[in-house]
Amino acid sequence: MNLLTKRSETTRLEAAIHASESEYALEAKNLSISYGDFKAVKNLNMGFERKKVTALIGPSGCGKSTALRAFNRMNELIGGVHTEGEVLFHGVNIYDPDVDAVQVRRWIGMVFQKPNPFSKSIYENIAWGARINGYRGDFDELVENSLKQVALWDEVKDKLKDSAYALSGGQQQRLCIARAVALKPEILLMDEPTSALDPISTAKIESLLDELKKRYTIIIVTHNMQQAGRVSDKTGFLLLGDLVEYTETKTLFLNPIDERTENYISGRFG
Amino acid sequence: MTVDAGHSAASRTDFSSNLAGRHSTSARWRLVFMASTILAITFLGALILTIIDDAFGYVLMVDAVDQKSLEQDGVPLLEMDANGLRAVIEENLSNRRQRALNRELPFEERSTADLLEIVLAEIVKPEVVATYTLYESLFNKRAIVDNASTAWPDSTLVFRSWVSMRFLSSSQTARPMTTGVLTAVKGTLLTIAITLLFAFPVGIAAAIWLEEYATDNKLNRFIQVNIYNLAGVPSIIYGMLGLAVFVRVLEPLTSGSAFGVTASGEVANGRTVLSAGLTLAILILPVIIINAQEALRAISGSLRHSSLALGATKWQTIWHHVLPASFDRILTGTVLAVSRAIGETAPLVVVGASTFLTQDPSGVFSKFTTLPIQIYQWTSRPQPEFRHIAAAAIVVLLALMLSLNAFAIVTRNRLRKQKRFG
Repeated sequence: MNLLTKRSETTRLEAAIHASESEYALEAKNLSISYGDFKAVKNLNMGFERKKVTALIGPSGCGKSTALRAFNRMNELIGGVHTEGEVLFHGVNIYDPDVDAVQVRRWIGMVFQKPNPFSKSIYENIAWGARINGYRGDFDELVENSLKQVALWDEVKDKLKDSAYALSGGQQQRLCIARAVALKPEILLMDEPTSALDPISTAKIESLLDELKKRYTIIIVTHNMQQAGRVSDKTGFLLLGDLVEYTETKTLFLNPIDERTENYISGRFG
Repeated sequence: MTVDAGHSAASRTDFSSNLAGRHSTSARWRLVFMASTILAITFLGALILTIIDDAFGYVLMVDAVDQKSLEQDGVPLLEMDANGLRAVIEENLSNRRQRALNRELPFEERSTADLLEIVLAEIVKPEVVATYTLYESLFNKRAIVDNASTAWPDSTLVFRSWVSMRFLSSSQTARPMTTGVLTAVKGTLLTIAITLLFAFPVGIAAAIWLEEYATDNKLNRFIQVNIYNLAGVPSIIYGMLGLAVFVRVLEPLTSGSAFGVTASGEVANGRTVLSAGLTLAILILPVIIINAQEALRAISGSLRHSSLALGATKWQTIWHHVLPASFDRILTGTVLAVSRAIGETAPLVVVGASTFLTQDPSGVFSKFTTLPIQIYQWTSRPQPEFRHIAAAAIVVLLALMLSLNAFAIVTRNRLRKQKRFG
């Protein structure tokens, strides 16, 4: 495959965003993921609605993080992971051999469990991703805008040249979110984004999600059921690689249909 | 016994009270560790002391021509001006020798110090009859003086630092009093420069391939195991490789004849600085690769993932994040490898180091000698003066190594600071 066809695939993903009429920004179809003989995710079928927050909950080892990493092809970076099925991004299968994983990750951003800013300045942390992706606009404006989206601008506007490591853990995590939104992605994947943070930083990030979902489709993995209840519109409950129940968050927590869901949310296991 | 008895005093007899014994074992081990450290430091101290002991000390010299007989109008030799010295040279040196020296540089243009040097070397010709170590010079001075006045009544006793500016800035000569280390220092620096230019980029590139790109399959594991093995191959075997490949097969390239360099009249037959540098480069290549791999492996996966998750390519991730984060470690390892290369002797002997070279290397196609080679050669000479010369050369070698290490440490610290604030 030469560079030219890859470039045209870029526009294919971008075109899909504009042309798509599907209610889902992302849709998993018969998605199965296995590590060697172990099936971590079994035949997942799930649609993620545009500009909504969808939470994935479940006990440790249920496959929720594995599934999340499949949504922007991060699993490929770990050896020995085998993925089957489709993940449709506005109708385009991101596992299609013609689709470049680098472009997939450009449109589907990710925030990790532990804050992991680059060892660069606060400014550079945000500008870098845009720069390597060929951003041609005003970088100062981009940095300010991104930091404002995560309510960090007022705290750091006077020390943009300082190292990102000088920030607190909660600020670092918001910087990581700002870094992701600076690319103006379609979807934000969040893998237990607050599990390494204190309650106050957690509350700040949770309140951000309401604002962020006006622009982005958000999928959040959390082991904290209260958090899922607070921030999400829809919630999926995974158990041993199966999607047990997937519905409106309120319904799932108040009137779960499946007995296993009820046991889990009432704290009888997990 | 009830379940409760598990907590009663009676059941604790299951545990013997051996606290004192454990403490004394602990203390014994502490002693062993301390003794080992002291032993190591003692050996290092002994090494440095022997070198210092030989590098300074009294030298007993007898002049072939008495300096008093050279006095002009009552002015002693050492206080003469240029004119006086020129007169001495005219009177005492053969015409042929005078013409030869004049051709090198006319006497009128030579400095007073230079002229004095000629008088001392060519006319006075002080001959070393005995040398003493620093220890003897400091603690046995009386015996030395007594011995000197009885055995050699008209001798002069001078305290000599065998490491001197003169020693550092002179090329090699056959005589111990005038020889210098410059030829070997230049040879070492040139050789190491070539070693670095080759081994550093190739080593890091190979490490990046193995660590970041290569998949975990049989072929790559085989390559990896062999790199580890190569790091343990005795250096003389690399010398054989260098001789076969660089000196023999690639002779047109390494001798410079392919680039038309042999016209300078210096025929090196591929036994050049270039061959030596490349041989050492291959010698340290596995060490640099392994070290750089470890440096890259120490970088957390989360750094790579956070970069890739922003739509960076593999190369952008490596270049902007992985390499800057690991560069200080890579640099430290490279310096250690280069230190090893600087001290290598055996492979260079095989590749064909010149044991006696009076002409400084002028470029990569020159014949070469290096400091360790020179030291080895001087220690094997029969005259006792060369023992001191060798010690002086060791001091130079150690100083060179330490300054290279210091430079690397300073650079590394600067990089670390940049990393923190960059």
